[in-house]
Amino acid sequence: MISISGLIGQLFAIALALVLAPLLAGWVGQCRAWLQSRTAPPLLQSYYMLHKLFHKDVVLAHGASSLFRTAPFVMFGCMVLACAIIPSLSTDLPFAPAADAIALVGVFGLARVFISLAAMDVGTAFGSLGGRREMLIGFLAEPALLMVIFTVAMIANSTSLATIVETLAHSDFAIYPSLAFAGIAFAFVSLAENARVPVDNPATHLELTMIHEAMILEYSGLHLALIEWAASLKLYAYSCLGLALFFPRGIAAGDSFPALLAAIPLLLFKLAIGGFLLALIETINAKLRIFRAPEFLGTAFLLAVLGLLVRLLLEGRA
Amino acid sequence: MTLDFFVLMLAIPLVSGALLTVFGERAWAPNLNILASLGTFLAAASLTVEIIANGPRFAFGEQFFIDSLNVFFVALTAFVGLTTSIFSGPYMANEAAHGRLTKPRLRLYKSMYQLFMFTMLAALTTNNMGILWVAMEAATLTTVLLVSLYRTSASLEAAWKYFILCGVGIAQALFGTILLYFAAERVLGQTGNALLWTHLVEVKGQLEPNIMALSFIFLLVGYGTKVGLAPLHNWLPDAHAEGPTPVSAVLSGLLLNVALYAILRCKVLADGAIGGDYAGNLMMGFGLFTLLVAAFFLSKQRDIKRMFAYSSIEHMGLITFAFGMGGAVANFAGLLHMTMHSLTKSAIFFAVGHATQKTGTQMMADIRGLIGVNPLIGWGLMLGTLAILGMPPFGVFASEFMILTHAMKHHPWATPVLLLALGVAFAAIFGKVQPMVFGDSELKRLPHAPAITPVFLHLGIVLMLGLYIPPYLTRWFHEAARMLG
Amino acid sequence: MNNAVPLSAQLINLFASVILLLAFAMLAQRRVLQLINLFALQGLALGLSTVVAAVTTGQSHLYWSAGLTLVLKALLLPWILHRLVRRLHVKGEIESLINIPTTMLVGIGLVIIAFNVALPISQLSHTITRGTLGIALAVVMLAFLMMITRTKAIPQVVGFLAMENGLFLAATSATYGMPMVVELGIALDVLVGAIILGVFFFQIREQFDSLDIHHMERLKDN
Repeated sequence: MISISGLIGQLFAIALALVLAPLLAGWVGQCRAWLQSRTAPPLLQSYYMLHKLFHKDVVLAHGASSLFRTAPFVMFGCMVLACAIIPSLSTDLPFAPAADAIALVGVFGLARVFISLAAMDVGTAFGSLGGRREMLIGFLAEPALLMVIFTVAMIANSTSLATIVETLAHSDFAIYPSLAFAGIAFAFVSLAENARVPVDNPATHLELTMIHEAMILEYSGLHLALIEWAASLKLYAYSCLGLALFFPRGIAAGDSFPALLAAIPLLLFKLAIGGFLLALIETINAKLRIFRAPEFLGTAFLLAVLGLLVRLLLEGRA
Repeated sequence: MTLDFFVLMLAIPLVSGALLTVFGERAWAPNLNILASLGTFLAAASLTVEIIANGPRFAFGEQFFIDSLNVFFVALTAFVGLTTSIFSGPYMANEAAHGRLTKPRLRLYKSMYQLFMFTMLAALTTNNMGILWVAMEAATLTTVLLVSLYRTSASLEAAWKYFILCGVGIAQALFGTILLYFAAERVLGQTGNALLWTHLVEVKGQLEPNIMALSFIFLLVGYGTKVGLAPLHNWLPDAHAEGPTPVSAVLSGLLLNVALYAILRCKVLADGAIGGDYAGNLMMGFGLFTLLVAAFFLSKQRDIKRMFAYSSIEHMGLITFAFGMGGAVANFAGLLHMTMHSLTKSAIFFAVGHATQKTGTQMMADIRGLIGVNPLIGWGLMLGTLAILGMPPFGVFASEFMILTHAMKHHPWATPVLLLALGVAFAAIFGKVQPMVFGDSELKRLPHAPAITPVFLHLGIVLMLGLYIPPYLTRWFHEAARMLG
Repeated sequence: MNNAVPLSAQLINLFASVILLLAFAMLAQRRVLQLINLFALQGLALGLSTVVAAVTTGQSHLYWSAGLTLVLKALLLPWILHRLVRRLHVKGEIESLINIPTTMLVGIGLVIIAFNVALPISQLSHTITRGTLGIALAVVMLAFLMMITRTKAIPQVVGFLAMENGLFLAATSATYGMPMVVELGIALDVLVGAIILGVFFFQIREQFDSLDIHHMERLKDN
């Protein structure tokens, strides 16, 4: 049953995601600048950039097919859907039954496939290099992410994100060692998936190392704006997912309006902390060689599997 | 009883070990070493007499327990300890004269030797399975530095291997002990008594079979490493070959026995808890495998001490197999074989030690004509070899014969394997020792006269036991064998 | 769900998991000094879990064990090892026989085996921390793996000591402590073992000019 208030809450969550995502990206950039003793760009820098890009003309490469043109829209759509089904404010999301946690991984995967194909579509060297690297990262990150989700799903006995959050947020206090493992693994995966420092550096265009930037070199104007927006939405989605799985306190259980309102500042607070930590990680770590990335993600996978095993051994049949 | 022989037996090596640490470089230190060993032996002998007369007893509350099973090992250990210390006097003096050892190293040797005796006697007499583990580990630690006594690259390598492999093994044994406690705690509660063997034996039927099964595997593999059971036997030949010969003698003759004793104690518990032949079958499997591996490697050896080390592995495999078969006869045979092996093997190492000192090499190809150089050493080596190979007049024959016939009767499938392994071992050892003893050679005299008495003392006992086992000894063995179930 | 499990048991489980995590971290570690630090952390987690076990059961001897663990495993032994590394000028890099990702995969396999072995036993146990036994076994096996894959002496020794940590975890947390004499004895053995190893390092160094165990492959059959 889709209640009106639920629908409003859902739409509000999507709108919030669209608005907050570039802000989060800007916040991370700002924190990074502070930590590195640089002059920080304005907090709203991401908005300025999107605004600028939306007003520019699209320049298409000669060999570009329709795939090249559709990919940004697909990617953007996928990320909006992801933000819609991840409980950020409330677990009463009418869209949530559309996809459970496992399908969510599929949604991310779909976006990845399209952007990689589009990158190869034009036929430039950097594009296909970036596309291949992106697939390599994805190929290693996805199983790890799935393992994390399995671990959490086993605690809640459900793969539905809403149920998971409800179980975790509203049960009695309990220490789940498995969640600690899963949490660390999730952090690793998030860093890799969002092209963050140990794996990729969003701030540079160094040809030998770039992954994400290599794929979108050929994009311009509206397309680039959508991709950039989608990338920040992805960061936002991952942050919300992490918060939902590992710090679910404060997410409203039902569709009660006051609870929803109370959840907003809490969410902002958590995102701010999360963004700062991300910047911190990016500052104190050096970028890994691309050949080390599999090892990095392998570690994430290993941790996730360990979490699953620990869950089975320690917490099973308690 | 005002004078407790048991306390005396443990105190003498401990105190003299401490004394030798301080005064080990004095001229009288080697004599103190022998005197202490003699004292230990006398105390152990008196204790044995006492136990035979009065039956089992406790010491230090219930922490130590002496019954007819372990008092047998105690007597054997103290005896071989004594003869080895007698042997090591001139042997070590020769080594020092050759410049292979300095005074501080000799001091280290003597103090560690006594401490080693202490740890072995403690391991044998303790009633607490935890302390048993601690004593076994301590026995490893005291001998590590003895194995690397020469500080040559080879001896360091041997000691490192010894330490790491035995460390791993002993860790498995600790895990087994923890599991044992885990099982015991369910029955006996969280008291200090839950690891006392005497208490465990009373409730062995109630111990959880699943836990005990796992525990026994860990204990068998763990202590088995120290026994020299394959596949974790690699440390043994290295440690024997590279350490000083007296150390080889006590390692082979005593330490392996003590480790096997630990397994036997555990087996009694495992049998009671699990029932059936679980523990026995495991031991038979390990024993046979070890026997085969050792026999195979025996034929490839060129270093004399390595060869006899492999021979020790082979015999340990055979003994493990015998105890694995279980039953009064096999246990009796196993105990007898342990005694024979200890005495014979240490005698062989004494003879080998002097032979290598004379020739200056451990390579068998370079040792020739011992009988011409020193008939006593030559004959000692020859007779010892014949004894260890199970030639009839010697006691080893009797015990091997009993094991074989028992195996034929109850486990006929194992007989061909046993015969094959023993045959290969015989051919390998005899073929190599024969030219070493007979043949031509010109060699100088040693600066210190070799101590031949221990060699012939041991061989004499082995010969006597082969011809006639005194009835009180038979009773004693039977009593011990009965305890093993 | 877990509502019935008291906080102390949850804490012990948490520490056990941390110890397992550190065991993996040690397996993945490429630098000697970091490895020693990880070992110290493991000792710390072990000590804390023993403290929790002591508070829960009120057995006074567990406090002793906890204190002993903290002093010995978290402070003294890492300090000795640090000193050794500095005195012997050991090179920082650890060399492994098998590359590290493969080692980690093998490690996961070992954990699965260990958990499987321990599962029937943990079901029998009445202590709440029964799952810890599986973790302890896993830690022992991982340490064992580390010992056999490393080519340098110091990592091997750290592996040896980590194995002892796993055993200690089994002794204190899974069964709420062995009898005091035994624990004291074990601690003593570990300490003496470490000291002997220290002596040993100098001897090896003197003889081979390196702590690389590769030099020690002379003793072979034939």
